[in-house]
Amino acid sequence: MLDDLDRIGPVLVMAGVAALIIIWDFIPRPLPAARGKPLLFVALLGPAAAAAWTVSLLLRDAHIGCGPLDPLALSNAPLCPGGGGTLVEGVFSFANSVVLDDLTIFFFFLFAGIGAAIILASNDYAKRFGDYEAEFYALILFATSAMLLLSASRDLILIFVALEMTGITQYILAALQKDRRSTEAGIKYLLLGATASAVILYGMAFLFGLTGTTRLVAPGDELSIASVINERGGDLGAGLIMSLVFLIGGLSFKMSVVPFQMWAPDVYEGAPAPVAAFLSVASKAAAFAVVLRIFFEGLSGETVRGDWADIFAIVAAVSMTVGNVFALVQSNIKRLLGYSSIAQAGNFMVGLAAVSAAEGGLSLGASGVLFFIAAYAFTNLGAFIVVIAISARIGSDQIADYAGLARRAPLLAAALAFALISLTGIPPTAGFIAKLYIFNAAVESNLIWLVVVAVLNSVVSAFYYLKVAGIMFMGESANQESIATSAALKLVLGVAVIGILFVGIVPSPLLDAARDAASVFSQ
Amino acid sequence: MISLEHVLVVGALLFSIGLFIALSRRNAVGVLMGIELMLNSVNLNLIGFARFVEAPRPIDGQVFAVFVITVAAAEAAVALALAVAVYRLRQTIDVDRLNLLKW
Repeated sequence: MLDDLDRIGPVLVMAGVAALIIIWDFIPRPLPAARGKPLLFVALLGPAAAAAWTVSLLLRDAHIGCGPLDPLALSNAPLCPGGGGTLVEGVFSFANSVVLDDLTIFFFFLFAGIGAAIILASNDYAKRFGDYEAEFYALILFATSAMLLLSASRDLILIFVALEMTGITQYILAALQKDRRSTEAGIKYLLLGATASAVILYGMAFLFGLTGTTRLVAPGDELSIASVINERGGDLGAGLIMSLVFLIGGLSFKMSVVPFQMWAPDVYEGAPAPVAAFLSVASKAAAFAVVLRIFFEGLSGETVRGDWADIFAIVAAVSMTVGNVFALVQSNIKRLLGYSSIAQAGNFMVGLAAVSAAEGGLSLGASGVLFFIAAYAFTNLGAFIVVIAISARIGSDQIADYAGLARRAPLLAAALAFALISLTGIPPTAGFIAKLYIFNAAVESNLIWLVVVAVLNSVVSAFYYLKVAGIMFMGESANQESIATSAALKLVLGVAVIGILFVGIVPSPLLDAARDAASVFSQ
Repeated sequence: MISLEHVLVVGALLFSIGLFIALSRRNAVGVLMGIELMLNSVNLNLIGFARFVEAPRPIDGQVFAVFVITVAAAEAAVALALAVAVYRLRQTIDVDRLNLLKW
């Protein structure tokens, strides 16, 4: 039992720190104005402790290349015969419903990093929440801990509970500013999100009925969804297709892709800027983590993978087109980034559709998705941190108000322009390498038409991304007052920009990490 | 004799009715009631599957239903709190009139 708890330690410490913040906020203090700074450091403890715990798990369980620990041989390690990754062999706990493998470790680090970045960047902005500042930090940490749990779960029940825990905390976060737009965003997000959850559940119920188990993958000869699909996937027929459609339909809400994408721009516009940043990066990464778990692990049998890969290919093409076309006419930067995130999610899905692409037993599609998620995290965080900084100072998200920003805040303007270049996919940025790698996977699995659509969409996206950059550098503004930013925000912005550039020039460390994580899917 | 088909047909009907209510009601609380109906139809399906399907641990289906009930309660609590917050600011919870954010 203690071993089991140890394996999900990062989840527990993150949630523990969140609970601590809530309790701490109850203690009366003489000067409410002085609560900001220590709160920030207590909140940072959550991601820091989670990352430290993950490192300790890695050190204790690591067996690089299936041999003794040798950090220098980290890259190009051969796949372990038993599967489950090259760094850590899949360790099951809680009656096989939780797994600690390379994919889990990858997402533990990713989510801890995103959580820390959001907390640091909202240092200034969080003062707007007034008495609810502590709740903001606590909810971010609760949501992050649920995402950690989500990336580790291999059981439909646990996936549902973790998915709902991320959902419910995010509904509250979206409405936290308590003004007309924020509450409207919160209630729209909740009503649509709850409907999507019911649709996912309907699919899960049928999956349970068809296979007789809720485990996605299980060690040994225990019955699991994967083993049933492998044995008699072809006999399950229409029932299986129906449950696939329901699962993809509901999960496409969480991923914010067509046909359930309309909430994204509304919620991003209405929600406070740090929450919009969190939703666009962490929530999307969590959704793709669960899709990878369900489809690449549970439903990857030869007989069914073609069915869902076709659906994913169509959804990918439609959502990148829809996202880009609507983004062209936006005047609010958060709304523009909302549509852009729909288009980017379409790019992620190219990797999901490329399930048949493999290189030496390694799934190219899955590693492409993971690499894209990490590169996108740097890029979109970079863009959103600038939006947070400007929103906290000038209180506006209109693109017109960004005119002349290059003179008022040269560093912010340069960072936003660089992040937008990376979102477009122009070298030497992380976004370029990510697109190159994922399109390569699509070509390997004969999805040439999808790559053509994706490249055309990248061209369209350049219009609105570079339009914003143009307004910042060419535009004139009546107000020449410079925009001050906090040191914490500059720090994360610097990390994000260096991350974009570093991954764009030297992609191999992140690429190796993504390939290690994707080695979980090689059977 | 009640068979699995009966349970699934009732479940599908309930789900469709719930979806129709969720899509057609203009009152946010009404939409929420439709969603609750959808969740409960899933519970019915899960219990039906747990009762009739050959499974190593049929109890899984019932456990799943218990979790769905719990999560639905948490979701309803947050939804009602949000509805109150919206009502205080706008004097309405008509979802058609919550139109500050569009396109």
